[in-house]
Amino acid sequence: MYIEFESKDDKLIVTLTGELDHHSAEEVRIKIDDRIDMVSTNKVIMNFDHVNFMDSSGIGVIIGRYKKLSMKKGTICIANAKGSVERIFQLSGLFKIVKSYKTLEEALSII
Amino acid sequence: MSENMMKIEFSSRSQNESFARVAVASFASQLDPTLEEISDVKTAVSEAVTNAIIHGYGDNKEGKVIIETILNKNEISISVMDEGCGISDIKKAREPLYTSRPDLERSGMGFTVMETFMDSVEIESSENVGTRIRMKKVFSSLE
Repeated sequence: MYIEFESKDDKLIVTLTGELDHHSAEEVRIKIDDRIDMVSTNKVIMNFDHVNFMDSSGIGVIIGRYKKLSMKKGTICIANAKGSVERIFQLSGLFKIVKSYKTLEEALSII
Repeated sequence: MSENMMKIEFSSRSQNESFARVAVASFASQLDPTLEEISDVKTAVSEAVTNAIIHGYGDNKEGKVIIETILNKNEISISVMDEGCGISDIKKAREPLYTSRPDLERSGMGFTVMETFMDSVEIESSENVGTRIRMKKVFSSLE
């Protein structure tokens, strides 16, 4: 999985490309956590525009980052979740605690 | 009508999860499923294989995961098997959000995903012997 980071104002945009499964989840978790600490941000937007596969491992990754950020009174949200990625999020009830936005621009303007 | 089948066996390593998804998906493509149906199958296979690797075998990278797939008319039947530690409480394992490995940031949604994306999911398991997950799905055909 390819991970790109971009800081905009006080927000960290994490753009994932590829497949988010158990195998790639570990790398994603470590890299995001390191980056969150490095830029000491409190607001993270997970951009799923280029994620072409995700299973429930992705839910675990998001929940883990949510817990970490919550401890710092921070927030995490999702942008561009489509198709089966969106379905898995819905199935897990994750949207009850993590907001999902149709576009990155919308997420940036709201959080 | 005779059944068409395939069987693959691979090491219990996470880097093989992608291979397993693609292998079952390409075999299933003979039935001309829709993109969404293939996506459903790949996701369900991913969950079952991940369970075999993480839960069945734990840290053991030399375990064998076996997938047998049968195509019968427009139905696909997928069995994912391991000879790992087995499930001590199947009912609990099937509970949404229950995971025996919260330390690995597992969401406990594996079986829920399989049950949602496939038409049926059967679990056979014996402690210290192994586990077999059998999932079926009927593809809608455009005839």
